[in-house]
Amino acid sequence: MELNGVMVYSEDVELELQLLGKGAELAAKLGSDLSALLMGSDVKDAKTLIEHGADKVYIADHPKLAQFAVEPYRTGILEAVKKASPEIILLGATKRGKELAPRVAAALDTGCMTECIALDVDDERRLLAERLTYGGSCIAKEMSRKRPHIATIPPRTFQKPEPSKRDGKVIKLYFEIPVSKIAIVERKEKSRGEGGLEEAPIIVAAGRGLRQKEDLQLLEELANVLGAKVGCTRPIAADSGWLDEWIGISGLKVRPRLYIACGISGTVQHAAGIRDAQIIVSINNDEAANIFELSDYGVVGDLYKAIPALTKALKSGLK
Amino acid sequence: MVRIIVLVKDIVDLAELKIDPSTRSPKIEVVKRKMSDVDKRALEASIKLKEDYGGEVITLSMGGEKTKTAMLEALAMGADEAHIVNDDFTGVDTRGTSKILAAAIEKIGDFDLILCGEMTLDSLSAQVGPRLAELLDLPQVTYARHLELKDGRLRAERDLEDVDEVVEVDLPVVVSVVREINEPRIPSLMNIMKAKRKPTVELDAGALGLSIDEVRETSSIEILKVEAPLVERKRILIEAENVEEAAEKLAEAIIAEGVMEE
Repeated sequence: MELNGVMVYSEDVELELQLLGKGAELAAKLGSDLSALLMGSDVKDAKTLIEHGADKVYIADHPKLAQFAVEPYRTGILEAVKKASPEIILLGATKRGKELAPRVAAALDTGCMTECIALDVDDERRLLAERLTYGGSCIAKEMSRKRPHIATIPPRTFQKPEPSKRDGKVIKLYFEIPVSKIAIVERKEKSRGEGGLEEAPIIVAAGRGLRQKEDLQLLEELANVLGAKVGCTRPIAADSGWLDEWIGISGLKVRPRLYIACGISGTVQHAAGIRDAQIIVSINNDEAANIFELSDYGVVGDLYKAIPALTKALKSGLK
Repeated sequence: MVRIIVLVKDIVDLAELKIDPSTRSPKIEVVKRKMSDVDKRALEASIKLKEDYGGEVITLSMGGEKTKTAMLEALAMGADEAHIVNDDFTGVDTRGTSKILAAAIEKIGDFDLILCGEMTLDSLSAQVGPRLAELLDLPQVTYARHLELKDGRLRAERDLEDVDEVVEVDLPVVVSVVREINEPRIPSLMNIMKAKRKPTVELDAGALGLSIDEVRETSSIEILKVEAPLVERKRILIEAENVEEAAEKLAEAIIAEGVMEE
């Protein structure tokens, strides 16, 4: 069967709109159409997807799809793929998307390029991608040579297109929805903390140089003066549980104008999360710490003395 | 009793990875290799399950001669048997890798659990667990940070972006774990000695009924280039009499950068 067109899907509609932005660009280069998939129960976003560029919206709407589960959702994608025969499938790289995409790829016996930060097509309609590799220290340029090409894309990698009044086709999918073999016995919403790190213009971040949770207060005082958000490295969030989210290859990727790293050693995994910061400043008592290689300005010294002094100096300097 | 196959990969030690300044490509050959950290935690989780419920832990990896060092460590930690698919995997993509692993798992056979890390830290592709679930037609539990067995079922805590989930599933099942699941043990000298007497099974792709040349030639994904991005940083270390003075100079530098204004 002739494969043609670009299809996008994410269970996170905001991310799906961003995929439509990139998808439209690829579809235009290939001279083909752009479709989006919508799954859930009582879904409402078909119009939004069309306004953001989808020519066709495939809908799998059923009470059994109310909650995400990998088996039924994977089957939904495969149904849509059967109907639309796309040559490129772009999927959102949320945690759920990341478990979904390789299953879809395996079912279609094709490749998958995960967490792509750049995408293009070549003259032979092959999909080209850039993605982080070696713990985030390097960028790999990869080419998919088997169709359908599949790529996953992290949130906020591409811009959501401007909506416009346009027409599109809505196509309902009917298929036998498999019952998930996984039973969810407990579900607890996470406390989202104050969030907003990804858009924060200034971030003060804690690393393992901090001795105890109470010491985050020092960083908060500095953050207050700067109108900044407080973030941290993976051990501080995942091991110590002082904050909910962390910055790094496996967590949030941030792009502030100013990033102040306090007691952070600067592993390649953390570095990959702060690469897009405009100015990086670091305070660490180990002069050999890798963070100084990644910084614009560094202070070697005790952060328990340096941070209050910096807070005070900025407070008077910014008046 | 539970029979666990745990996937373990030895990768370059990322903390030691250096970039060649002239080509900006990573110097892979000169860096020593070690067990991927998340895989080690999947192994630790497997050994803990064996300790709690009885059974057997079999490691499975793909590699060459160098892989044996990591496998010896795995055996010293408490794995019972190591299987290595030893072949030339140059140019083999994750799709090919998953097919080879699925064939090896079927050859080992008779398992209750397949454990792996959420991703190996070198390629960051995070595909092998879900692909194996699809190829072997098994349920998958991803991002597990706690595992226990109850009445022949697996109970797992999962860590997603917006929710923490507890799920239950019948065996057999594919499980991928996150780094937070445990702290891996350090094997004792005695266990390191004992590990040398534990069985290691080596086989090539041919022994699994696969042609490695064909797997390579039909690879879906080709890596065209790998290089470190240019990091243009000023790298100014602020010199001062004491840390307070350094902080003041730092404040001046920050203000001078103009990053405080919109």
